[in-house]
Order: sequence, then structure tokens, then C-alpha cells
Amino acid sequence: MQVLNLESANRTLEQVSDPEIPVLTIADLGIIRDVKTEGRWVEVTITPTYSGCPAMDTIEADIRTALKEAGWDEVKVKTVLDPPWTTDWMSIDGRRKLEEYGIAAPMDGTADKRILFGKAVEVRCPRCKSIHTQRISQFGSTPCKALYQCSSCLEPFDYFKCI
Amino acid sequence: MNLDLKNYTLFLADNALILGQRLGEWCGHGPVLEQDIALTNISLDHLGQSRMLLQYAAKQVGNGATEDSLAFFRNEGEFRNLLITELPNNDWAYTLAKHFLFDTFNFFQYEFLMNSKDETIQAIARKAIKEIAYHAQFSAEWIIRMGDGTEESHQRVQNAIDELWMYTGEMFVADSSSEAMTKAAVAPDYALLKEQWQEKVSQVLEIATLVKPEEGWMQKGGREGKHTEHMGYILAEMQHLPRTYPTAKW
Repeated sequence: MQVLNLESANRTLEQVSDPEIPVLTIADLGIIRDVKTEGRWVEVTITPTYSGCPAMDTIEADIRTALKEAGWDEVKVKTVLDPPWTTDWMSIDGRRKLEEYGIAAPMDGTADKRILFGKAVEVRCPRCKSIHTQRISQFGSTPCKALYQCSSCLEPFDYFKCI
Repeated sequence: MNLDLKNYTLFLADNALILGQRLGEWCGHGPVLEQDIALTNISLDHLGQSRMLLQYAAKQVGNGATEDSLAFFRNEGEFRNLLITELPNNDWAYTLAKHFLFDTFNFFQYEFLMNSKDETIQAIARKAIKEIAYHAQFSAEWIIRMGDGTEESHQRVQNAIDELWMYTGEMFVADSSSEAMTKAAVAPDYALLKEQWQEKVSQVLEIATLVKPEEGWMQKGGREGKHTEHMGYILAEMQHLPRTYPTAKW
């Protein structure tokens, strides 16, 4: 049995992965806002990526299971909305893992917070690294992704939207 | 309990819930896969927003109310959504025109709510605005594509805008609860939103080579629970399972 403290709780949480994008841990995603411990009691505060994201319920259940297995008697998972989650909170390591997995990572500083025909963002093909890509659809297989296609190697790919 | 805050929270929640439920009908019927996925994603955003708002409304209602009891066990007269959110989808042009008119309103509404004096509504709005901005962009792009597209797409989207126009009036006419919330700086001044909305809508219609309908007689009633004939049917579909099997679990 490992020691139960804030550090070990964080270590356990670092191993919980995103159910939709299993190469990312929830720590990579930046959705853990706070962790508190007292004795054998632990409270984790998370924030949703998208309000309707069905993965959030699974993530909450996975956090509970992981912490219970690590020996915590009482696990509380709290959700906060403000400040709202942004892709800026995704770790550098997470961005690298995403690209290796075949999903273009959200671009720094070019957040597409544009409304009604704003400037298009530059998205790099995760396969051949070309920047000659085109958006097929603003929406993809999950709320957090958009559909792109590379004009150089013709590979269709997902882009993790910047919000 | 603050009755006006409860009613206003339900107004926001019901708009999202009914619009999301209606849009979900496109699932599996989109013209191409990408657009099918787009509409269901938007529907999911609306349902997510309505859950957060209904959870907040449930706290105010008390008596063991939950997001589920408010969604599935209220009757037609207790829903406060705008009529435009309950109208049928009809064809692609009609659906996108409906969303364009509503999304533009919704964007300006939530832009205000990001600084609402009510902390919970403020937090929900700061989360939702990112999604709502995306919706507004998506529907506006489609209005332009169809309006400035083929003769048929132009005609269809023009007809849709003309038919839907009379449902836009009630967006800007507050009921007594909304009015009280405006005074408390919880809600925007709906009459003032009209100007921003008119400007954006005119701008997009012009790019789309569409004619903006003239001001005329407007439908109203949604905010007070007086709905169109379509509302009963959408509730029947949404509520029949939990009402038939109240203990059913997902």
C-alpha cells in the first residue's frame, strides 16, 4: 500500500486517461483544477472541456475508480465551470502526444475564437507536417475536434479545436 | 426562492433544451456525413448547456427537483422557450435559417450574460459563449452559401427567412421575470439587444444576396408558456420514456 498524500493522489490522477483520446491523460488535457487531501479523504475539482461532452461522466467515474484502487476511502469529485477550460491549458507534452497519435494539436496564439468569417487558422498535417491543409468541417467525431484534410499528402485528419 | 430568477433560468435552459432536442432529429438524416456530425455536435452543446442551467433551476425550485424532473415531468405550459426553438426542422435551408436567426440572438444574449450579476449564470455563460460563437459562425456561413448559391438554394433560404421572421419579435420583448432580472443586471436589456441583432443579421443577409423581410406582425407567447402546436409533439417524443417508466436508468 502506498502512502496517501497530495503527491500520491496527483501521481494516481496523472495515470487517468481520456476515454476518447487514450494517449492523453486528464492532466495533459488540463481539466484538473484542484486536488485536496485530508487523511484518507481526497477531493478532486475538474472542469468540463465542452458543456455537452459525454466523456466527462466517464472521466469522473475513472477518477473515482483510480483513487479508490490507490487506497483512498472517500473520493469526492467536484465540477467547476469558471474560469472556463481553454486549450491553452493543454500541456506541451500533451500536444506532442496528440500529433504523434494523428490529431493536429490546437495552435498556440491562433485560437479560432472568430465569429462570422474570421481569419482562418493555420493547421499542420500530423502526417507529413505540411501547412497546406483545408478544413472539411468545423465539427468532428467529438465536440473538441474539427475535420481537416491535407492538400499535400491528401490525408484526412482531426484537428483539436482551439477554444 | 426568487421566482423571477427561477423563471429566467428556465427561459435560458428551455431554449437550449428544446432547440437541442429538435436539432437532434437530424441525426442520421444529414445531407452528408460531415453536416450530420456538425448538427449533432451542436445539438450536444445545447443539451450540455441546458443541463447546467436546469441543475441551477432545480436548486431554486427545491422540493427534490432535479434536472431530469424539470426536463421530463413539466407540462407544455411550464416551458418558457421561444417559439422559434420548437418549430419543425423542415428542409436544410429552413433548419439553418432558424439557427442563424436564433444563434445570432443567442450570441449577443450570452455575451451580456458573461458579466451577469448572478455568479452561476455568469460561469455557465463564460463556458457556453465559446460554443455559441462557433454555432453562430456555422449557421451564418450556411446562410451565405445557400443565399449566394444556386437559384434553388437561394429561393429556399429566402422563403425560410420570410416564414421565420415573425418568430424573431419575441426575442426582444421581455416578460415580467426577464424585466426584473434586467433591472438586477442579471439579464441583458432585451430591447437593446435588437439593435445588435439587426445589424449582424442585415450584414449576413446582404452578403448572402438575400432580402431582409420588412417589420411586420410578430408571434409571441413562448416566454409565458403559450406555445405553437408543435410543442406538444416534441415533448411527447422527449418525455414519453421517463413518463412511462419513471424508474428507468440509462
